[in-house]
Amino acid sequence: MPTKPNIKLVKTPMTAAADIKHTPPAGAWIEVGRLDDIPRLGARVVCAPDGDIAVFRAADDHVFALRDQCPHRGGPLSQGIVHGHKVTCPLHNWNIDLQSGTALAPDVGCAGVYSTRVENGVVFLYTAPLPSADCSGSSE
Amino acid sequence: MKEKLVLIGNGMAGMRTIEELLALAPDLYDITVFGAEAQANYNRILLSPVLAGEKTIDEIMLNDEHWYMDRGIVLYLNSEVTGIDRNNRRVTTADGVSAEYDRLLIATGSQPFILPVPGHDLPGVIGFRDIHDVDTMIDAAQHYRHAVVIGGGLLGLEAANGLLRQGMKVTVVHIGDILMERQLDSAAAKLLRKSLTERGIEFVMGAETAEIVGKKRVQGVRFKDGREISADLVVMAVGIRPNVALAKSAGLYCERGVVVNDTMQTYDPRVYAVGECVQHRKQTYGLVAPLFEMAKTCANHLAELGWARYAGSLTSTRLKVTGIDMFSAGDFTGDETSDEIVLQDAARGVYKKIVIKDHKIRGAVLYGDTVDGAWYFQLMREQSPIEDIRDRLLFGQGHLGDSGHGANAVAAMADSAEICGCNGVCKGTIVQAITQKKLFTLEEVRAHTKASSSCGSCTGLVEQLLAMTLGGDYSAAPQNKPMCPCTHFTHDEVRTAIRERELTSIPAVMQALEWTTPNGCASCRPALNYYLISTWPHAARDDYQSRYINERAHANIQKDGSYSVIPRMWGGVTTPDELRTIADVVDKYKIPTVKLTGGQRIDMLGVQKETLPMVWADLNKGGLVSGHAYGKALRTVKTCVGQEWCRFGVRDSTQMGITLEKMTWGSWMPHKFKMAVSGCPRNCAEATIKDFGVVAVESGWELHVGGNGGVKVRVTDLLCKVASEEEVLEYCGAFIQLYREEARYLDRTAPWIERVGLSYVKQRIVEDADGRKALHARFLDSQTLAQSDPWAERASHGVDKHEFVPLKRLA
Repeated sequence: MPTKPNIKLVKTPMTAAADIKHTPPAGAWIEVGRLDDIPRLGARVVCAPDGDIAVFRAADDHVFALRDQCPHRGGPLSQGIVHGHKVTCPLHNWNIDLQSGTALAPDVGCAGVYSTRVENGVVFLYTAPLPSADCSGSSE
Repeated sequence: MKEKLVLIGNGMAGMRTIEELLALAPDLYDITVFGAEAQANYNRILLSPVLAGEKTIDEIMLNDEHWYMDRGIVLYLNSEVTGIDRNNRRVTTADGVSAEYDRLLIATGSQPFILPVPGHDLPGVIGFRDIHDVDTMIDAAQHYRHAVVIGGGLLGLEAANGLLRQGMKVTVVHIGDILMERQLDSAAAKLLRKSLTERGIEFVMGAETAEIVGKKRVQGVRFKDGREISADLVVMAVGIRPNVALAKSAGLYCERGVVVNDTMQTYDPRVYAVGECVQHRKQTYGLVAPLFEMAKTCANHLAELGWARYAGSLTSTRLKVTGIDMFSAGDFTGDETSDEIVLQDAARGVYKKIVIKDHKIRGAVLYGDTVDGAWYFQLMREQSPIEDIRDRLLFGQGHLGDSGHGANAVAAMADSAEICGCNGVCKGTIVQAITQKKLFTLEEVRAHTKASSSCGSCTGLVEQLLAMTLGGDYSAAPQNKPMCPCTHFTHDEVRTAIRERELTSIPAVMQALEWTTPNGCASCRPALNYYLISTWPHAARDDYQSRYINERAHANIQKDGSYSVIPRMWGGVTTPDELRTIADVVDKYKIPTVKLTGGQRIDMLGVQKETLPMVWADLNKGGLVSGHAYGKALRTVKTCVGQEWCRFGVRDSTQMGITLEKMTWGSWMPHKFKMAVSGCPRNCAEATIKDFGVVAVESGWELHVGGNGGVKVRVTDLLCKVASEEEVLEYCGAFIQLYREEARYLDRTAPWIERVGLSYVKQRIVEDADGRKALHARFLDSQTLAQSDPWAERASHGVDKHEFVPLKRLA
């Protein structure tokens, strides 16, 4: 049975070329607080010089971080209701996947994603967004 | 090793089941599909527009061959299954292909019934069922002149219209006197016939076909009474028969259709059946909406979830011949135990009939003006009592033509006409989405276009567009709509379970009712939280993470992420000190906008979230508390100055307003709740468009309920008149409590009362004095817990501190 080619692989050379021109912003791992400071199924905001970052805590204690701006009209995602690994924007109810930052179909768009990790109950955040492979590629 | 699922029948019902199954369990089965037709899956209900030249075949394809390939589904086209060996669990086709199954799904559909008269097998005699028939008809239109359609039902008339559009001279032959007699009564059928005659279709009524005449090809049709008409093409559209031969030959029990139970299983539990080939609770269906409901249920069982049940469908029908509006649902003829309301305006070409029994709608026929079809169908499905609105019923819901859109003749609208005023979606965009993205339901249109997804006032228009675009038989949402996609239970069922099974937390509800998502969604969690705290005010803990941000932050979020702050002003009365406090706060925190609200309060807009507790602390110091202008809660009690100043006032409306507000503030409700008190019948406080309105009269107080302004203005109903202030308070508390306990989350009082009927509310509040007192007592009890100023808790007592300060600031 023939399968569909994986489109993401095709794009790799393009991304590499882009990287040479625009060096990605340097980031660093920083401690942002304790896991317990974030309510389960809730979020807190980390204020950064180039805009707020929303740090989410799912029911299973997975921690995610997104640019605090809905791809739709810029609503603060940190204020939304968290369910599963998703958040619903408080302004117009777009659902955003916390892992990838992409809007759930049929909506199309992407919020920047930041890496996080939790060690001994302390939450760390990498201050530069991930290269947004999912954002630049259409989810169609 | 995956189990093997085989689908016989590559049509809408079978493939919809597969799609639903893949959404639930993408990797459970190796799937093989056999289709007897040459094409992949297409939208059969759009064959009429194809015939009429309004659409092409490509436009009605649902899943092309790549779709199957991408999902690893093996598809056999032109491949008719001729045998099912249930002992060895294997199907075989005419050309020798065979496939094993662990589960089998039969969706063989139906075929047109061909009258067994002499000549029925002549070339040029066809049914109207598939693409091949359409091709034959279009081809005939190129070479021949005169088409005869036998059968004046839905399908026959659509075929006749299509052939007419293809340039043929068309005669419809009907055995009875009433066209579409399964959907229309004689008055509506006459209007339809008149309109189709004006388009050029000829009718031969009361004619029973005796013979198809012709030698090498059809040349005419002869009737039992001896009449004869010439014909180059005969389309038989006298009904459909479920295709049961295959199932029967496999020993599966069949009557008119393949008999299935509520889980869509045949008598062999490994074998499922859906669509037009089945017979369920003695019914067979030929419309698309029931097929989709069956598909949903069947997929649920194939995915091994095992809880869904199909309980049959109520169907409504629309004929979609462009420019003809017709709607029919349920029992539209009635009997000696029912009665009917009729509106007939022949000059306008409008006819409406509603059949009523025991104060409930049993059926409806609409011709010429079908705007309210969806509303009647909803009242019918929900079995809503209509005795209180009977006098207005035929004039419609008045749903359309309110704020946001002025017109209602959707067929006549230009593509650029705006349908959804909230999200700026025009007709062309919606129609395009329906056809290109293959949408079938209101929910799908909402998800893809956002139309009707905000205030919902254009829902009727969007449903009309769906009906118009999809053709014959779009039907509205199923009767018992689950509260959200996380569950199959309705709001009312969830609520009953919370009460009867004494569930007191959201996880407990989700576990007991087998929620399909780990922690619900943004739609069900706030509803569950409300049901829990309103049912168990003492035992249930308010879950803030399940509240919408406004109720979590106790302020209204604005489009830029800032908040607005509205303090309470009891009864709309204020003092110089309060105004000074507000002015000082605005200055101190540089609040950009100050505005008066419609409810006689002052709104400060543009406050950053971090500043909120400080703003509240300063307001608290001046004696101002939360106005709950952000919540599903008591909002405001608007008053006029009343007897104290007004030369017309007969009672102290201002004080009554203050007393009511003191009693009711802080209570959480299914939706926002507004009150007003007017000091005389001039009603300057506009009490008759509030959820609970009080109007002073010389002899006491009139109590009005169920009004609202906004999207759809609804004037209150008069509940009763009472003499004393104590009674006003008791009736008010009881009414609020009844609404809190029985309305669905996000129901305003207006739709709630329209659903349960004013008589019911009167019975509970006015006639049942003991019940009223008990309701009022329960309200006061829950108020003992609710009346604590949330602003003071957060400004001075450190509640929810994390809500208002950032986790960290990066330099």
